[in-house]
Amino acid sequence: MTDLFSKFDALIAQREGLLATGVKDPFSLVMEEVKSPTVAVVNGKETILLGTYNYMGMTFDDDVIAAGKKALDEFGAGTTGSRVLNGTFQGHKECEDALKEFYGMDHAMVFSTGYQANLGIISTIAGKGDYIILDIDSHASIYDGCKMGDAEIVAFRHNDVEALEKRLKRLPADAGKLVVLEGVYSMLGDVAPLKEMIRVSKEAGAMVLVDEAHSMGFIGENGRGVAEEQGVLDDVDFVIGTFSKSVGTVGGFCVSNHPKFEIMRLVCRPYVFTASLPPAVVACSAASIRKLMHNKNKRAHLWENSKNLHQGLRDLGFQLGTPNAQSAIIAVVMPDLEKGAAMWAALLENGLYVNLARPPATPAGMTLLRCSLCAEHSSEQVADILNRFERAGKAVGII
Amino acid sequence: MTDRSEMFDRLKGLIEPFNKKGVEVVETTTFAGDLEWDSLTVMDFVAEVEDSFDIIISMNLQAEIENVGQLVDAVTKLSAA
Repeated sequence: MTDLFSKFDALIAQREGLLATGVKDPFSLVMEEVKSPTVAVVNGKETILLGTYNYMGMTFDDDVIAAGKKALDEFGAGTTGSRVLNGTFQGHKECEDALKEFYGMDHAMVFSTGYQANLGIISTIAGKGDYIILDIDSHASIYDGCKMGDAEIVAFRHNDVEALEKRLKRLPADAGKLVVLEGVYSMLGDVAPLKEMIRVSKEAGAMVLVDEAHSMGFIGENGRGVAEEQGVLDDVDFVIGTFSKSVGTVGGFCVSNHPKFEIMRLVCRPYVFTASLPPAVVACSAASIRKLMHNKNKRAHLWENSKNLHQGLRDLGFQLGTPNAQSAIIAVVMPDLEKGAAMWAALLENGLYVNLARPPATPAGMTLLRCSLCAEHSSEQVADILNRFERAGKAVGII
Repeated sequence: MTDRSEMFDRLKGLIEPFNKKGVEVVETTTFAGDLEWDSLTVMDFVAEVEDSFDIIISMNLQAEIENVGQLVDAVTKLSAA
């Protein structure tokens, strides 16, 4: 008998090798208590959280929690059904209404996760004979959406407008085309030149989908994301987003002005063939989305945190993924996986949690310590974070 | 036959800058196995070939191309279209 698991042997060996060096397993951490959006107890120790996607700190917002408790009492623990059968409650409609208002768009569709939103929309709208043109550094959910559908997939170099334009021009003029972009790329925290990319896409007659998962609530005048910031939101055909970052819950969505958009509810399999979000989750999400519309001061403080952390880490001598702070993600580049894991563990020892990211999630085979800031991090916490980075970096020999 | 060997030579020329191990390139040379290219190298190489021939090699098609001979066939077909 062929052991179907033998294909994982190389990964198993790499993991055992890493653990044999004495570092704690970076991929099985448990948050024993969560005290606030920025502090948890890990291994019995109070730890500053700098590796969550809780950009706007909405997880413990009083109004958000109150809305969830009320929905739990009034609508129960779960929906036990698909959105198209018994699983659309009042809360799901209210959540979609909040999204329509947030983005100023005609249609909104809520999925059970952000992953499913990409999977469903991409695989459904681009079919046989159509083309999907995507950035090579796209998120796994985008690639999986491509794999699930029947379209031809064409990749172009990360954030390279010219490479995108050349490829678009080589495709048959009359073929259906979907260009898939992200506002903020989550590994390095860099922003896409959406304005130019959308211009060349529209010139080639393509529809454009932008995943704004890491920019919602924070980037742009109204927190609508990078497309808003660059003044091109009206040219975006589909915005994909998630509730598991700035919104602070779980779930995914697509908003659009396409006049036929509602048909997606019947043809999109990752929407139809799964249970809908629990009532408490959609109630929390709707409350959070409405609050995120009016959060200028929090957005300003988050930018300040991001800029201070970027500057501070650079001054300490760390190599960073971007030349300046472009989002709430600051990626610290590690020399290799072993040093990265050691640094990760040393930071945890110093009471600081960051994300350890490694291939295949990362571009160019990099090992990254990914820091994501929260609007609820105080300026003192950011100073404290820098001190901990300095201590750990010196202990591991990276700076 | 001449056409095919011309195409082979042209592609071999494009492969060489990425052939860090100095592997001998023949029709049966595989990209993953013999040349040991990772996904990033594949992407850079594909972009080179696409730009040189003004074609698109979709990821669907890339998945079916394992060796140099198959690439010669694919590029010949795409260039003729």
